[in-house]
Amino acid sequence: MAKYLLLKHYRGAPAAVNDVPMDRWTPEEVDAHVRYMQDWATRLEGTGEFVDGQALSVEGTWVRSDGEGRPPVTDGPFAETKDLVAGWMLIDVDSHERALEVAAELSAAPGAGGRPIHEWLELRPLLSMPATITE
Amino acid sequence: MDEALLRAVVPTVIGVLVRRGADFAAAEDAVQDALVEALRVWPDDPPRDPRAWLVAVAWRRFLDAVRADTSRRRRELVVEEEPAPEPGREEDDTLALYFLCAHPSLSPASAVALTLRAVGGLTTRQIARAHLVPEATMAQRISRAKRTVAGVRLDRPGDVATVLRVLYLVFNEGYTGDVDLAAEAIRLTRRLAAAVDDAEVSGLLALVLLHHARRPARTRPDGSLVPLAEQDRGLWDTRLVAEGVAVLQAALARDRLGEYQAQAAVAALHADARTAAETDWVQIVEWYDELVRLTGSPVARLNRAVAVGEADGPRAGLAALAGLDPALPRHTAAAAYLHERDGDLATAARLYAEAARSASTVPERDHLVRRAARLNAALRG
Repeated sequence: MAKYLLLKHYRGAPAAVNDVPMDRWTPEEVDAHVRYMQDWATRLEGTGEFVDGQALSVEGTWVRSDGEGRPPVTDGPFAETKDLVAGWMLIDVDSHERALEVAAELSAAPGAGGRPIHEWLELRPLLSMPATITE
Repeated sequence: MDEALLRAVVPTVIGVLVRRGADFAAAEDAVQDALVEALRVWPDDPPRDPRAWLVAVAWRRFLDAVRADTSRRRRELVVEEEPAPEPGREEDDTLALYFLCAHPSLSPASAVALTLRAVGGLTTRQIARAHLVPEATMAQRISRAKRTVAGVRLDRPGDVATVLRVLYLVFNEGYTGDVDLAAEAIRLTRRLAAAVDDAEVSGLLALVLLHHARRPARTRPDGSLVPLAEQDRGLWDTRLVAEGVAVLQAALARDRLGEYQAQAAVAALHADARTAAETDWVQIVEWYDELVRLTGSPVARLNRAVAVGEADGPRAGLAALAGLDPALPRHTAAAAYLHERDGDLATAARLYAEAARSASTVPERDHLVRRAARLNAALRG
């Protein structure tokens, strides 16, 4: 089994095939999209492959330490940030092929006109925990 | 409460329910319920006969489930007089479960999960924690696995090689949760070895014992890896080494060589050396030759190339490595190591850094980064 992080991007991914911003969809199309995502997660729960998933706010803050005893320094959000993650799903699957398969299902979520978005998703394998035999 | 003792009776209790007419999936669910109940009440109120207690509670749970179900479909159950436990029969029941849970129709992950629950007697929560997934996810994985094997007859022996693969996978999952899966794999392999007369079962038992013996030396307290050559051999568990070597010798004497025996032989040669310098690399290369002959595995070829580097010098090792696919896991790390041994520190440092980028575990990545950093620091003088 291998765990993969599936990243949806607000920005930074190549353009989707059905590339219409969500605020131009009809409310029914938005509902259908949300339902599709929920069904996808439910299906993966049923197959014992779903670990977790969350959506992220668009607004974020950069933060760094400024030395002991000082408050953290913050900056941003930067409007020009090229890469912006919208949400993530963590899956635990048998193979890389299976990870691609479920990611492709998610990418086919319906968008404008009820047609699949075919958006690009980023698939990142997690570094696994130590195996017993690593010598 | 002795949890190991409790876990050991789980497969035999499943066997009792199946013989009374329950199908495997329902029997296994009922026994899991009884197991969770036992873990809850036994510490304060231990039963006189743990096995009889489990059978009684599991059977009651099973009947409750059937009654809840009868509105949908009626079942005829043959409830026999409770027969006295028959030792031979219980061994057969357990063995049948090993085969069922490692059935070839199951994916490796499903086989591992089902084996841990039905044969290992672990709770779903424990298995989920060990795999770092939610309990609900693991519960689904297990019930799906049970549906996959629903039509499989329990009284037919399967292929022992599939069982060994699953047990070795369990062993390699190590010890990330509160359950030590490596120790659990050893327990299950011991039990299998007691029930089946097979040189490769002994080979796997020897292999896991010998690897387990080195565990205390393999990581530092901070979790970082200690390569074999740098391990404090005084930390190796001599009792496990002695047992592993004895099991291996008995297996090899039967002249039915297989991949687990060959791997165990390599582990035994490492265990034999009092210092890294005393390692008999020539013999280790010979065992890797056997392993390559038996499996054709590219990983075995890669390990062989590293052993050749130790036996005949790093140039010979690099030559052996040259014929292999660079995309193999740890190929770059092996090349880095051989270049380092050969004195080409700049190339080694570059390759260690490259290997770190493709490492699949955190300790391995950190180890390779440290090697690269050390060489780069030395190069800067």
